[in-house]
Amino acid sequence: MLLIDCPHCGPRPEIEFRYGGEAHIARPENPDALSDAEWADYLFMRRNTKGVFAERWMHAAGCRRWFNALRDTASYKILATYKAGEQPPATAGAED
Amino acid sequence: MQKFSVFALARNALTGHRNWQRQWRSPEPQADYDVVIVGGGGHGLATAYYLAKEHGITNVVVLEKGWLGGGNTGRNTTIVRSNYLWDESARIYEHALKLWEGLSQDLNYNVMLSQRGVLNLAHNLGDVREGRRRVYANRLNGVDAEWLDADGVKAFCPIIDISPNARYPVMGATLQRRGGVARHDAVAWGFARAADARGVDIIQQCEVTGIRRAGGRVTGVETTRGFIGAKKVGIVAAGHTSVLASMADIRLPIESHPLQALVSEPIKPVHPCVVMSNAVHVYVSQSDKGELVIGAGIDGFLGYGQRGSFHIIESQMGALIELFPIFSRLRMMRSWGGIVDTCPDASPIICKTPVDGLYINGGWGTGGFKATPGSGWCFAHTIARDDPHPLNAPFNLDRFVTGALVDEHGAAAVAH
Repeated sequence: MLLIDCPHCGPRPEIEFRYGGEAHIARPENPDALSDAEWADYLFMRRNTKGVFAERWMHAAGCRRWFNALRDTASYKILATYKAGEQPPATAGAED
Repeated sequence: MQKFSVFALARNALTGHRNWQRQWRSPEPQADYDVVIVGGGGHGLATAYYLAKEHGITNVVVLEKGWLGGGNTGRNTTIVRSNYLWDESARIYEHALKLWEGLSQDLNYNVMLSQRGVLNLAHNLGDVREGRRRVYANRLNGVDAEWLDADGVKAFCPIIDISPNARYPVMGATLQRRGGVARHDAVAWGFARAADARGVDIIQQCEVTGIRRAGGRVTGVETTRGFIGAKKVGIVAAGHTSVLASMADIRLPIESHPLQALVSEPIKPVHPCVVMSNAVHVYVSQSDKGELVIGAGIDGFLGYGQRGSFHIIESQMGALIELFPIFSRLRMMRSWGGIVDTCPDASPIICKTPVDGLYINGGWGTGGFKATPGSGWCFAHTIARDDPHPLNAPFNLDRFVTGALVDEHGAAAVAH
């Protein structure tokens, strides 16, 4: 089980959290202008990175706030957590 | 290929079983091939086999970064069934099941298909309605399906607890009698041996590290054993589909997750069929060795680690004991994880790509094993003709743009 350092509450076990997938996917500024292919890219297409990956978590059994984490998807090691809206901290090996 | 038969067995017994041929060669890779298949699991080996058998294309190589069947082919819970709700899914999985039914003869290799029946349990009125609807849909598609009430479930699988006092009482189940289990390693080995006999090269411990292209067309693959030229390349690498597709700058709607399974200590035969439960979420069968083979859901997070979280196993065991109190003192022997590549609509992707000569077969999520022969058969057709077969045409990448999704979430008789 992962030990996840919630930026608001501190380290808590994984069962308190819900996963939210890839982070930093911005909702389109002007949805009316999007083509079907651009919608598909926004809705469905994902990096699915093997390695350091920026992803969203929600502390469901705690502060109930969304935040972001940098985690290595091969070793599962969490390199950093940071609040929603912030940019990922510069971490060695981070590519996203 | 040395044909396996009772006579061959007797003949080799006379010489102390020292003269059996190796089941497949381990050749050095040629400089180029007509078709390179990336991934030596069941689907990849089946693709190579059907390319040779159905389409006469034998200048084919299968590249495997580890060992044959060491990925999801050797890590699944071996369940075979075709009782999917939607027409598109029912057709392709039923095609696969029909191939399964003749596979041991076709490959001259016993894949130990045991059609012992698959129960999908219903625990509430919603489940009951969905289950009955799926039975009718299956029958319309020529897939055998029956509805059993709780007593019928008890008669079919006597060790199950159907007490109305259970937290999640069993209210009935769908039954596919033609469903069952097969020996997963034998599937990989049987396809490998039969493909090799038709001239397919199988190269293990050879990882693809790049996909070379020129003018929008694939020209070959970079590997840990050097460059291998190819007219066509098929990616069929289960959990790593996205990693390989990104080598050709193709974005996919796939997310890879760990999926765990475990086996108990071996016991005498007590469990006569396959039981799957969506609501309490566990699926279990008993292997011929006597071990219970138990699977459940994926870990929530994206992961390539071939291992998952312990709390997933805990809830899986809770579900098992809920359904089968008889197993409460059973010890578990081994657990392991595989990497499943899940699609947003829980349906696979078997299609051409924007790169000419590059094909993708992936996104099978948690349920690829049952499709192994059908998947390989369709993918071989797609590669050989450069055109999808009607069976796999709906499972293209374009469906995420047009919206023609084949949404098997829940409909597929198991949560994904």
